[in-house]
Amino acid sequence: MVRYLVHIGEVLIFPGLLFTAVIGLVTSWIDRKVTARVQMRVGPPFLQPFYDIVKYMIKETCVPAGASKFVFLAAPLFGLAAVTVASTILWRPMVWPEKSFIGDLIVVLYLLTIPAVSVVIGSFASANPIASIGGSREMKLILSYELPFILACLVPVIKTGSIEFGRILAEPMAAASPAGIIALIVAIVCMQAKLTLVPFDMPEAETELTGGAYVEYSGPPLGIFKLTRAMMLFTMPVFLITVLWGGIPLHEGAVPAVLGAVKYVGLIVITVLIRNTAPRVRIDQAMKFFWGPVTLFGVIAVIVAFIEGL
Amino acid sequence: MSFTVNALTRSLNVFHLSGSACNNCDIEILDVLTPRYDAERFGIVLVGSIRHADVLLLSGAFNRKSAVRLKRVYEEAPKPIVVVAVGSCACTGNIFAGSYNIFEPVCNYIPIDAFLPGCPPKPEAMISAIVKLIGKLKGK
Repeated sequence: MVRYLVHIGEVLIFPGLLFTAVIGLVTSWIDRKVTARVQMRVGPPFLQPFYDIVKYMIKETCVPAGASKFVFLAAPLFGLAAVTVASTILWRPMVWPEKSFIGDLIVVLYLLTIPAVSVVIGSFASANPIASIGGSREMKLILSYELPFILACLVPVIKTGSIEFGRILAEPMAAASPAGIIALIVAIVCMQAKLTLVPFDMPEAETELTGGAYVEYSGPPLGIFKLTRAMMLFTMPVFLITVLWGGIPLHEGAVPAVLGAVKYVGLIVITVLIRNTAPRVRIDQAMKFFWGPVTLFGVIAVIVAFIEGL
Repeated sequence: MSFTVNALTRSLNVFHLSGSACNNCDIEILDVLTPRYDAERFGIVLVGSIRHADVLLLSGAFNRKSAVRLKRVYEEAPKPIVVVAVGSCACTGNIFAGSYNIFEPVCNYIPIDAFLPGCPPKPEAMISAIVKLIGKLKGK
């Protein structure tokens, strides 16, 4: 009984929903503040993302005529549930090193795809042509970045011979070797697309699709999508740090934990600076980019990792 | 004042609906978002879809054709929604009042919460209007 309560607490409170949501919203504030400073503005106050989420919760929920009501309203919850579970599985071995299981890397890889899939499902269910264009772009983007992303995640698997976060964290970090560095760069580029930030924000494309995949969402479902995005903004860099860059080991004391947090903030700042200095590319350019050079570098990283292991 | 009203007034998403405006008001509205005035300090951002909006910002005189669309956009908006008419054209019709295609001022089509006259109104006047509007929302 107590065991189940602990599990529920893990999913809902500490490494799961509440923790990820709070840190994710703070991260989205960092994103907006740094963006404002880059544009020589003052930027929003610290609690702005929290005000936004509360505001969405009190607004009316509009379901467009002709939309599939159940799928339209359930899609945001799929994404939220997936990112919550992914974050829980990801953080457990960093807090309690014995709490990881064989194959959790693969489970998290799948779970991190579901928020993007939920956007696709929700946009197609909303019976809006603009949302359909956004959804089809999101789908093409998933097809483009998944292959190089998984190639980059293969490097630590080859180096440690394990698909378990606990083992990967116990071994020396992959980014200390040439293969790991190439894999990290490939993974950072894929993360930018996975978070659908500029230059890969064509699914929502504020200026041409007026919100794209989210165009028909209002009130609480839109708030859940925004929350999911904020949580992904937290979970994705932590995932990269975990598999490639030594993780954020909270159980090893203050110094490694602070070092991990510094790595995390560094990745966030790189992401925000890319998003503020690059223009949006077209979807065909993005697909050529990911299936061409990025996949090539991913394959090179895998081959170099094999050679290093000989 | 409840926490939810506080959250609403601190996070206003603005949808800008231009009804055949001459672009003067539109340019002044964009001024409010530029680094000099930076409305995002108060949580005010422009959004592309009426479904995401808390404020419906009108500029320009609404004629027989665009008034139909205005009504439809207002009905599509998730409530609670605040409507602000920016510029003399949106408030009264200005020099176009009584012309062959503009029958009546926009307040006869949908309820307006704040009128902001001027041709065009200054960005400072818009910020003043936002402050008054927030006061009105909190008073409700």
